[in-house]
Amino acid sequence: MKSEQASSTPQFSFPRLPKKVFPGFGISLGFTLFYLALIVLIPLAGVFIKSSSLTAAEFWAAVTTPRVLHSFQISFGLSLIAALINGVFGLIISWVLVRYTFPGKRFLDSLVDLPFALPTAVAGITLCSLYAPSGWIGQYLEEWGIKVSYTPLGILIALIFIGTPFVVRTLQPVLEDMDTEVEEAAISLGAGRFQTFLKVIFPPLIPSLLTGIALAFARAVGEYGSVIFIAGNMPMKSEITPLMIVIQLEQYEYAKATAIAAVMLVISFLMLLCINLLQAWSSRHHGH
Amino acid sequence: MSGIASRLKLKRGKASKALNEPPWVKGVLIAIAIGFLGFFLILPLLMVFASAFSKGIEVYFTSISDSTAFAAIRLTLICAIVAVPLNLVFGLAAAWAVTKFDFPGKQVLITLIDLPFAVSPVIGGLIYMLIFGAQGWFGSYLRDHDIHIVFATPGVILGTIFVTFPFVARELIPLMQAQGNDEELAAITLGASGWQVFWRVTLPKVKWGLLYGVILSNGRAMGEFGAVSVLSGHIRGQTNTIPLHIEILYNEYQTAAAFAMASILTLLALVTLGVKIYIESKAAHEMKEESR
Repeated sequence: MKSEQASSTPQFSFPRLPKKVFPGFGISLGFTLFYLALIVLIPLAGVFIKSSSLTAAEFWAAVTTPRVLHSFQISFGLSLIAALINGVFGLIISWVLVRYTFPGKRFLDSLVDLPFALPTAVAGITLCSLYAPSGWIGQYLEEWGIKVSYTPLGILIALIFIGTPFVVRTLQPVLEDMDTEVEEAAISLGAGRFQTFLKVIFPPLIPSLLTGIALAFARAVGEYGSVIFIAGNMPMKSEITPLMIVIQLEQYEYAKATAIAAVMLVISFLMLLCINLLQAWSSRHHGH
Repeated sequence: MSGIASRLKLKRGKASKALNEPPWVKGVLIAIAIGFLGFFLILPLLMVFASAFSKGIEVYFTSISDSTAFAAIRLTLICAIVAVPLNLVFGLAAAWAVTKFDFPGKQVLITLIDLPFAVSPVIGGLIYMLIFGAQGWFGSYLRDHDIHIVFATPGVILGTIFVTFPFVARELIPLMQAQGNDEELAAITLGASGWQVFWRVTLPKVKWGLLYGVILSNGRAMGEFGAVSVLSGHIRGQTNTIPLHIEILYNEYQTAAAFAMASILTLLALVTLGVKIYIESKAAHEMKEESR
């Protein structure tokens, strides 16, 4: 999202365009807006129009049943934990991939994108089978009395899986761009390596790290395919919010489904706003 | 999604000795990274193929070639064939509008294009139910005219279009912004028409990013689950895509068959990653040539 700079900051690579140098403004913007409205904006607006057919009391009742409230707790709570875990490991992975050389590095680097590319249903059945009591990992955890598949812990595993690329891919370019001269200066002034990391390297990474965590969180909250297989979907135990929408739809309770969707949408919009602010902050930091 | 644009930087040389951590720290960090990725990414990948072939090669091939599997593969291909070109045209138009002109609300437009990424795929399915479903806005009209959209192929296609909506645009916009408009301006000055500039200058400049966007949206189109699951109605042999077929097989405890179908999509994902690596090295190479 670097376009803001394109129109506002003078140091960007191309100068402000005099009007009407290029043809096709009307048709390209017109088609863009038309298609956007048709596929995304009007249908999404439908959610709010439909939920306004409920009275405030009905709306409130639909989104505060114990089952729905519990699903919010599961979805938002576990997504946050998963995103934070992705933050910690994403920082380590991106550091290792940018700064060190070791055999198999290129392979690992490209593998980071696997959760983007692998269909969620495939991820879902695979993780579920891996962590089932008879699965490759599940059988060992079973000995310790840890159950993963069909529990909230399983949901967490699936959310960590799908969130893996976000932090790594937001941090990597920043780390690659980072000037090592500042670190050299810090070290020549007598700072230890760890001190240098904490005081010199880490602070400029914070905006991007938070952006990555926010992206992973936003994705995790809405995730469906990879979660429902491993979740077990037990009411009041391991139901996620998107599943509540599906359940209401299957019972032809469109209005109730839409009410839950409206809550999720508002939260998604807020997340998007946060992410945009974070990205603006991080690009100010790095002066792109 | 890490775009081509963001990864076009040339890797710098090795850092000086003083900047290195002690070897044990390095070792531990590398071990953590490999451990995490191995546990969360490599193991599942191996699991797909191990389970797919767990009942032997014969079961594998019958699972992916029976009539319902075939119907699922067919519908998945139809979805991708419709959704990807539409979103490709949209991506090109959006990128042209955003990077060649100044207009108010540009940043808002870019954010709106990203919306389908921020929205749960289940909601992506729900919104079309509200419009075209039996109780939806056009529900009675569609019923009177015997037009089937939800629980039929058009609904599945709509869901697919929604979830793959931003891919091409989002790949192209940062790339075209980073490249700037110098060549296009030169072409215009020399008297080229708008279409000539587009076909002969812009398109060749962005071809790798464009290809990557197409590959990504194709992968997502073929693998989409949430939105399509809401809209398809799960009619076996008719409105099931490959991911929905996998779900049914898995829930019926036909694990080997489910993983056999899953292995097709996994191969597609691996090809997508492979193409990405190829394009990245290609693009980096061209950058190097140019900067010489």
